[in-house]
Amino acid sequence: MIKIENLTCAYNGKQVLDDISLSIPDGRLTILLGLNGSGKSTLLKTVLGLNEKAAGKVYIDGEDADAMSSKQLAQKIAYMSQSRSTPSIQASRMVLHGRFPWLSYPRRYSEKDYEIVDNALRYVDAESIRNEMLTELSGGQVQKIYIAMALAQDTPVLFMDEPTTFLDVPHQLKLMSLARSLADDGKAVVLILHDLCLALKCADEIILLDKGKLAAHASPEEIFRSGMIEKVFNVKINRTLTGKGYQYYYEQE
Amino acid sequence: MKISPTSSSENKNSLIFAALGALLIVSLVLSICVGSVSISLNEIFSFFTGGDVSTAHKAIIMFSRLPRTAGCLFAGMALAVSGAVIQSVLANPLAAPNIIGVNSGAGMMVALWSIFFPGLIALTPVAAFFGAFLSVMIVLLIAKKSGASKITLILAGVAVSGIFAAGIDAAISFSPDALTAYSDFKIGGLANVSFERILPAAVIILVSFIAILSLCNELDVMMLGSDTARSLGLNVRFIRPLFLALAAALAGAAVSFAGLLGFIGLIVPHIMRRLFGEQSRVLVASSAIGGAVMLLLCDILARVLVAPYELSVGIVLSFLGGPFFIWLLLRQRGGRNRD
Repeated sequence: MIKIENLTCAYNGKQVLDDISLSIPDGRLTILLGLNGSGKSTLLKTVLGLNEKAAGKVYIDGEDADAMSSKQLAQKIAYMSQSRSTPSIQASRMVLHGRFPWLSYPRRYSEKDYEIVDNALRYVDAESIRNEMLTELSGGQVQKIYIAMALAQDTPVLFMDEPTTFLDVPHQLKLMSLARSLADDGKAVVLILHDLCLALKCADEIILLDKGKLAAHASPEEIFRSGMIEKVFNVKINRTLTGKGYQYYYEQE
Repeated sequence: MKISPTSSSENKNSLIFAALGALLIVSLVLSICVGSVSISLNEIFSFFTGGDVSTAHKAIIMFSRLPRTAGCLFAGMALAVSGAVIQSVLANPLAAPNIIGVNSGAGMMVALWSIFFPGLIALTPVAAFFGAFLSVMIVLLIAKKSGASKITLILAGVAVSGIFAAGIDAAISFSPDALTAYSDFKIGGLANVSFERILPAAVIILVSFIAILSLCNELDVMMLGSDTARSLGLNVRFIRPLFLALAAALAGAAVSFAGLLGFIGLIVPHIMRRLFGEQSRVLVASSAIGGAVMLLLCDILARVLVAPYELSVGIVLSFLGGPFFIWLLLRQRGGRNRD
């Protein structure tokens, strides 16, 4: 469980996050929504300590994040960044980097680390590309390897910044079902998405940011009914009931 | 199933490593044999086994060829590994010790040290380290302030390099006798090296090399970019300057006895990346061997190209490295490189 209290963050004198307070529970799939520049990535990075915060507190499982070392934080939260470099190394070696926070004396990866990597590769259906060089893979395949690396980190909390960017529709849906099963396994899963319909359909909770402020934090149903998304994004959202639940679609207002 | 390269790529890597090792041994032997006076393989064998060798040849091996060969081995290894580390840490394939001003910074401190402390020759590599580290930190700071694009970093390096090169010239203008074989030093050469100069530098090179090898997991994670590396628990604020300090120690130690040798730190890591990929442990180890081989072979070329005269090895390196750097720049502009 992550608890954020009065979090404020500024770049070059410009306030990017303004007094955000919220909780991210375990075992839930939380999706962060907001327009470009609304502070979504900044929020995740600030919780991770990658950005300096101007004010506020972050508690992870009741522990003050400021008092935790970067290694301790990395054992709690896995983060898939928006920008992903592709060094010329084997895909499986890349996934092994997810075990770095757990590396201890004698600083060699153990059999257990290799097993966890194998499971992560299997989880994202990337066993067939394990020996490929990262530079030879497509954008979607690289994405899968980054997701496997985050899984190999084996943390109770998982942050993913725009994980569906390079994925085709079937793989987007696969990623969402992966996120769902991770949440069902008890992890706190937080995704930043731009697909409003996918978010409304899949999330347990939605955090809506608007110009650095918390506009709403509720279930998709409550968010839909409140009309907050329509207000923030300036679109009209509709839904129809199908055999597989509500399907959402939007149109320009 | 344990993560390991496919057997074919593992075999390929082992074969290339074995070939590099063999090439290193051949280069070492050739470096002792070849020169204005030829030394036969039999004589080398006799020298090392305490057999019969003429006094003149014994003196040539002992006081000229062996120090020169050892100098090539350590300087080549140090500059190539320094280049590999700098390129990885700055995520910039154009960066190399001579291009971003590390060599010039070290060179200026060597010149100043020779002027002010001519009796403390053993501490020259330490002075060189401070010059090299100063220049790399200045370049990093300029690049950070101006947006840290890859080209900005190189331009900042060129500017810093120019300032330090002018510093060397100014120091030598005031005290022309401070650096013996000044032109050799500026171009980079190993014709007049002695064990006395190499030994303290070799210690620094070996210690830095072992430190870098033991930190290869960190270097691997560092290559993933600052955000990902930090989210994996790497203390980037500490580890980045540490790697740059180790790279500066390597380049500074090499410059302290071999002068401003260029391009090894650029060319060798590039070739090794192409052969082996970017896994740090393999890249660092192969760059060390490759750097030594390249400098040894270039030094042998410098001895035989215009025999009975000799070129400075720095001239041979510049003839090879200049076109390579231009090719790299064109490749960058064409956008075919991932960076």
